[in-house]
Amino acid sequence: MARDDERLFLVVGDVGYGFVEPFIREFPERYLNVGVAEQNMIGISSGLSLCGRVVFCYSICNFPTLRCVEQIRNDLCYHDSDVKIVSTGGGLGYGALGFTHHLTEDIAMMRALPNMTIIAPGDPIEAAFAARSACLTRGPFYIRLARGGDEVVHSSSVHLRIGKAVTVREGDDITLISTGGLLRNAVHAADLLKNDGISVRVLSMHTVKPIDADSILLAARETKAIVSLEEHGPIGGLSSAVAEVLAAAKERGFFLRVCVERPFLKEVGSHEYLQRVHGLTTEAIHARLGQFWSEAVTRHEQ
Amino acid sequence: MIGPDEYRRLALAIRRHALHMTHSSNSSHIGSCLSAADLLAVIYNGILRVDARNPDWPNRDRFILSKGHAAAAYYAVLAECGFFSKDLLHSFCQDGSRLAGHVSRHELPGIEVSTGSLGHGLSIACGMALAGKRENRPYRVFVLLSDGECDEGSTWEAALFAPHHKLSNLVAIVDYNKIQSFGFVKEVLDLEPFADKWRAFGWGVREIDGHDVDQIYQALSDVPYETQRPTCVIAHTIKGKGVSFMENQLAWHYKSANAEELERALQELELRV
Repeated sequence: MARDDERLFLVVGDVGYGFVEPFIREFPERYLNVGVAEQNMIGISSGLSLCGRVVFCYSICNFPTLRCVEQIRNDLCYHDSDVKIVSTGGGLGYGALGFTHHLTEDIAMMRALPNMTIIAPGDPIEAAFAARSACLTRGPFYIRLARGGDEVVHSSSVHLRIGKAVTVREGDDITLISTGGLLRNAVHAADLLKNDGISVRVLSMHTVKPIDADSILLAARETKAIVSLEEHGPIGGLSSAVAEVLAAAKERGFFLRVCVERPFLKEVGSHEYLQRVHGLTTEAIHARLGQFWSEAVTRHEQ
Repeated sequence: MIGPDEYRRLALAIRRHALHMTHSSNSSHIGSCLSAADLLAVIYNGILRVDARNPDWPNRDRFILSKGHAAAAYYAVLAECGFFSKDLLHSFCQDGSRLAGHVSRHELPGIEVSTGSLGHGLSIACGMALAGKRENRPYRVFVLLSDGECDEGSTWEAALFAPHHKLSNLVAIVDYNKIQSFGFVKEVLDLEPFADKWRAFGWGVREIDGHDVDQIYQALSDVPYETQRPTCVIAHTIKGKGVSFMENQLAWHYKSANAEELERALQELELRV
C-alpha cells in the first residue's frame, strides 16, 4: 500500500518489534516512532494528516484509544483527520498479560465518537480489506485487530464493503452476528448447531460503525432470533449497536448477546483459557445458542 | 512599512473587539484575551507568512492557538487581517453562530486547528512541523500556549519530542500571565524554573516582555535561536493587560464587563495608546 500511495505514513507508539522493520527500511521518511506517549502520538498524527498525510497510527491494547480518547475526539474526529488507529489484541488476545491489556470497552468508547469508522476484522482477509479501505476512505478509523495468526475464514473471492456485513453461513432459525476474531468460533458453532437441526445464519459484522442496519433488519424478518457475538464488554459494543437497530424495528424476535459479561475477572490465563471462562469458545457458543433456541421455541409456543 | 505603531493599532483593535464580544455574549476569558493581544498583533501583522486571500496556500506558515479559550482575541485578529468579515465578530457565542467560545475552525478561513481542551496544540504543531521537515517545505509552525496548559503531561510529551526530531521550524510561545483558572500559577502548580525546563528539554529559549511589540517582533524574527532546535519564547504578560481594573485579577478569567465597565475599559484603552 505504501508503494502505491505516497501519502501513507506510519506512526507507532514504541511497538512493532519484529514486523515494522521492513517498512522502516523501505520508507524511513514515512515512519515515526513517537515513543511511549500516546496523547502526543494522536496529536502528531493529526498534524501530519492536516498537512496531507494518510496516517496509520499503531499501538497495542487500549493504549492508542482509551489512553488518549480526548485527543481522538478533538484532534481526529472533530477535524475529520485522515488518521487510522490500529490496535492489536482486540478483546482478550493478550490473555495472561492481565486486565490492563484486555480490550473490553474500546469499541464502546470509539463508537460514541462522531465521524469515527470502526472495523474489527474477523480474519486476515478482512484485516487486509480494512487496511486498504481505510487508506482510500477519508476520515478517522479505528481498526481493531485480533491477536494475529488468526484462521482464514473467507475465501479470497469474498466481496467486502465498509458498512456491509458478509453472510458466511446461510440459515433461517437464528442469525449469529459476529465481529472481530470470534468469527472462526461463530462459524464452527453454527456448523455444530446445524448437526443439531438448528439452522444458523452467520453474519460477519466487520464494520461495527456504521452498523449494517439493513442486514440486521433483514435477519429480524427472515430468522426467528438474533444473537450478537463479540470479545468486548456488555455495554456499548456490537450488542448495543445491534440492539439499537432492533429497538426501532417492527420485527424484533428474540435477542441474545454473547460477550465478555464480566471484564475485570481476577483470574488470568491464556487467550483460550479466558475464552473458556467467558463462554466464548466454539463449544460454549454452541451450547449457549442451543439452550437459547430451545427457550425461544418454548416461549414462542406459549 | 509595518512597524510598532501598526502593531499597537492592531493590538488595540483586538482588545476593543474582545471586550465588546465577551460583553455582548456575557462570556468568559477576557483576561486571557487581553494578555495575548500584543502577541497576536505582532504574530499576524509582522511574522506569519500567510495570505488572507489564499488561506490554504500550501507553504503558508501555520499558527495554532493552543490556549483556545482566548478565541475572541483570535477571531478578532483574523477578522482585522481580512480572513473573514468583521461583522461576523458580533455573532460571537450567539445562538446559531460559527464563532464558538473556544476556537472552532469549521468553515472559518485562516483557522488551522480547533482547540479548547488544553495540552493539544503543541502535539499537533509537532506533527505539522515534522511534515514540513520531511518534505523540505519552507513553512514554520507557531503555537501559542497558556501557562496553565503547561500543567498537562501531553504538553511535555510534545516538548520532549520536538528537539529530538530537530524541529527548528517550530516556535512555541507561552503567554505567561501567571494566573491559571483557579489561582496564581505559583500557588496552583509552580512552573519555575520555567525557562530552564524548556532548555533542559533541548529548546532554544528566550524570555521577553510579552507586551513590548519591539521585543516580540525581534524575538520572533530571530528564530530559530539555535540550529536544529525548536524555539520557545516565554512571554511575560499580565492577565487583563490594558484595563487597570482587570489587570492581574483572577475574576476576569470568568467575568465579562457590564455596560459601565465596558465603557470605562474602552476609555482607558484609548488613553493608553
